[in-house]
Amino acid sequence: MQRGINKLGLTEIRIAGFGGQGVILAAVVIGKAAAIFEGGYATMTQSFGPEARGGSSAAQVILSGEPILYPYVTQPDILVVMSQEAYSVFSPQLKPGGILIVEQELVRIEHPPQGVRFYGVPATRLAEELGKKVVLNIVMVGFFAAVTHMLDPDSLRQAVADSVPPAMQKLNLQAFDKGFEYGAELVHRMSEGGDAEQVLTLESEA
Amino acid sequence: MHADPKGVLTGVHFLDGDHACCEGTLAAGARFAAGYPITPSTEVVERFAWRIPTVGGIFIQMEDELAASIALQGAVWGGAKAFTVTSGPGFSLMMEHIGYAAITETPCVFVNVQRGGPSTGLPTLPAQADMMQAKWGSHGDYSIIALCPNSPQECFDLTVTGFNLAEEFRVPVMMMLDECVGHMTEKVVIPESDQIDITPRRFTHESPETFRLFKPREDLVPDMVKAGDGYKFHVTGLTHDERGYPSMNVETQDKLVRRMHDKLKPFSNGRALFEAVDLEDAEVVVVSYGITSRVAQRATQLARAKGIKAGIFRIISAWPFPEQHIKELAGRVKAFVVPELNLGQMVHEVERHTAGRAKVISVPHAGGSVHKPEVILNAILEAAR
Amino acid sequence: MSEAILDIPLDAGNPVEPFLRMDRMPHIWCPACGIGTTVNCFARALESSKLDLNKVAVVSGIGCTGRVAGYANLDSFHTTHGRAIPFATGLKLSNPELQVVVYSGDGDLFAIGGNHFIHAARRNMDIKVICVNNLTYAMTGGQTGPATPSEVISATSPYGVFEPSFNLVQLAEAAGASYVARWTTFHVKQLARSMEEMLHKKGFCFIEVLSPCPTLYQRRNKMGDGLDAMKFYKQVSKVRNGAPTSECSLSKAGEIVVGKFVDRDRPDYLELLTHQMHASLGNRYADPEITTCSEG
Repeated sequence: MQRGINKLGLTEIRIAGFGGQGVILAAVVIGKAAAIFEGGYATMTQSFGPEARGGSSAAQVILSGEPILYPYVTQPDILVVMSQEAYSVFSPQLKPGGILIVEQELVRIEHPPQGVRFYGVPATRLAEELGKKVVLNIVMVGFFAAVTHMLDPDSLRQAVADSVPPAMQKLNLQAFDKGFEYGAELVHRMSEGGDAEQVLTLESEA
Repeated sequence: MHADPKGVLTGVHFLDGDHACCEGTLAAGARFAAGYPITPSTEVVERFAWRIPTVGGIFIQMEDELAASIALQGAVWGGAKAFTVTSGPGFSLMMEHIGYAAITETPCVFVNVQRGGPSTGLPTLPAQADMMQAKWGSHGDYSIIALCPNSPQECFDLTVTGFNLAEEFRVPVMMMLDECVGHMTEKVVIPESDQIDITPRRFTHESPETFRLFKPREDLVPDMVKAGDGYKFHVTGLTHDERGYPSMNVETQDKLVRRMHDKLKPFSNGRALFEAVDLEDAEVVVVSYGITSRVAQRATQLARAKGIKAGIFRIISAWPFPEQHIKELAGRVKAFVVPELNLGQMVHEVERHTAGRAKVISVPHAGGSVHKPEVILNAILEAAR
Repeated sequence: MSEAILDIPLDAGNPVEPFLRMDRMPHIWCPACGIGTTVNCFARALESSKLDLNKVAVVSGIGCTGRVAGYANLDSFHTTHGRAIPFATGLKLSNPELQVVVYSGDGDLFAIGGNHFIHAARRNMDIKVICVNNLTYAMTGGQTGPATPSEVISATSPYGVFEPSFNLVQLAEAAGASYVARWTTFHVKQLARSMEEMLHKKGFCFIEVLSPCPTLYQRRNKMGDGLDAMKFYKQVSKVRNGAPTSECSLSKAGEIVVGKFVDRDRPDYLELLTHQMHASLGNRYADPEITTCSEG
């Protein structure tokens, strides 16, 4: 499987959830991995203004092998949601054929959106298994890495280590790995189940 | 001279424009900042407050923007490189002291992270509607330098440049960020300190007996002094003679105000900072600055794909206005397209220097977001017709 | 150093000349104005303080007293209206070896600049504030200010002032000043001594000097000329060192309590800053090295 930002076309990612879930840090890690550790380009913006009120939090990262001009996400290729509200607000904007990643115990989906690839992970529970619920965001990033295949997991691990205080590095790397393993296993099971197309990566856009 | 390594955070970082701007101030040698919190600029001084105690300097949070914008000038006359940071309403409050810095020729930097206005407007959302205010907001005739970064990297680079220009010309320099550039996070490369050029303050070599505070050198810029060095100098916001003494007559006023204006003439003759993209064969030139220039570049790419010879003249030093370049382009292009996050400000300068020789199309936007590339593209298509 | 004092020429007409920019005389103040008297006292205080005059800076705002900076033979700054204190704050913090004196009027310091005054006092910024209080905006023609007492006639209160005025010394104490005194231009010896004492006192210090404005304030209020002002000050002033500042408010014709009211030791801003940074950062804290160098 080919990975790496230089093969990537312009990819828009939105991550959203509650304030306190570490939405921004998750976006920073993905942006850093792409821009610093893979030598590509990343532009991250946070949502300010009315949609950032009421305890919700959202961040956008655009990744590309080329310099990024337009700074805002218009129609995300990938949506990562960690709250029901974030799902309701943002899922209609997901690009057809895009990827939807949800914290499956925080987001209940009655009518899954049509024409998108959908992956769920119990990130909060996995984080709790590590003893710290706060690392659910990094579990999500690990899961994201496994199911999207966009970035080299090692770049992401470096970005995780670079983005948290030294005392928190070990825990966060464990969280990343936990999410990654969960994702990898899910992908494997889906392909075993003969649903290989589900794991199409975005590399084809390059 | 090179940057003092103490202030330079050499490395590759993932920073937003506000934080990168702060690193620029530290690399440039700023060791004093006075601020007052206001969205979306506060991150600059928050980082400075966090960083400066280990670098060796002072951040003070003043009681308001009036205080911040004059405390920094006290610090400059005490010998510091100093700056303040604000946005819209705070920038309005600072206007009097931009005039004071201009007439006292105090080298300093004002960072304005532009948000939507007027008044409280859109505290968290971008605009570029303070461009005329930066030049004309304080009363009287005066000249300043204004720089418009379009990325976090440039927030670092141009902040260093801004401090250097402030020292070279002894003017207040306005760093005209916008909320979008200030809050977007991208890769920022901070070089080794010996790769960063710093313009040192030009302190006088004259003795206190012969020294005249406002006696200009050939480049029309006088030498600096600092308090405590025995010069017993006088600084006033009143019209003053070369000694710095108030002298309120027509001759002194004319001499002083003209000199303060003329000392920035090099900016209209080759010193202007700009970026040219695809101008060689361009028939339609998009003139833009700050975040809008990035959207404009996307639009010109779309236009080129449609076979239209579109190029970009990106203004980096907005004031003094790069009139020489616009005049030159006006003689050979069909049209200018000027998108701005305001209802038409710098477009007036473009029109003035085009003087009817090319079509000028304004693409206004009241602020709160950026243009859609298609909106600028449509203006390019219209211009090309 | 005191060379400047020893250098006083034997044929000097006035012993305070070395402290003044004699090339700027005559000054702009009206006959019988009290500002010049306060400057005389300040010069004598500088002389007896033995401070190195190269390390004393004067910062003024706008107004009649704002012009003091222009006549003091020191590093001097004539700033914008109301902003002498924040300018002085920046100057002091960037160059702490300077003794920074703010010299300005009641309107400048307490109306347009009132916010800066209370905050500098709150921080105990190590600056010395001399307020020449002539009870009016004199430069602009005698309008009502924050210190103008009730019943006074002014250019903007032709029927008499009715709004309450500030008690400046009480305000200074409440805001946190380390040193607070009040004198009048009749009390030249005490004023000069108080100024000298203040120059050696650490922290935010404040001296209010009541000073006549015969041209505008006294004329409009039929209070006579400069000499009448001195007689008035002599008659109604009561020296009460240590008096509670709450008992020191002023009225148009009532008692003027003068003296030193507050003299207390509080750590100043820079001490507090240094202490906090050492406590938080230990040896990672870098002492401020603020002044920039020229090339070479």
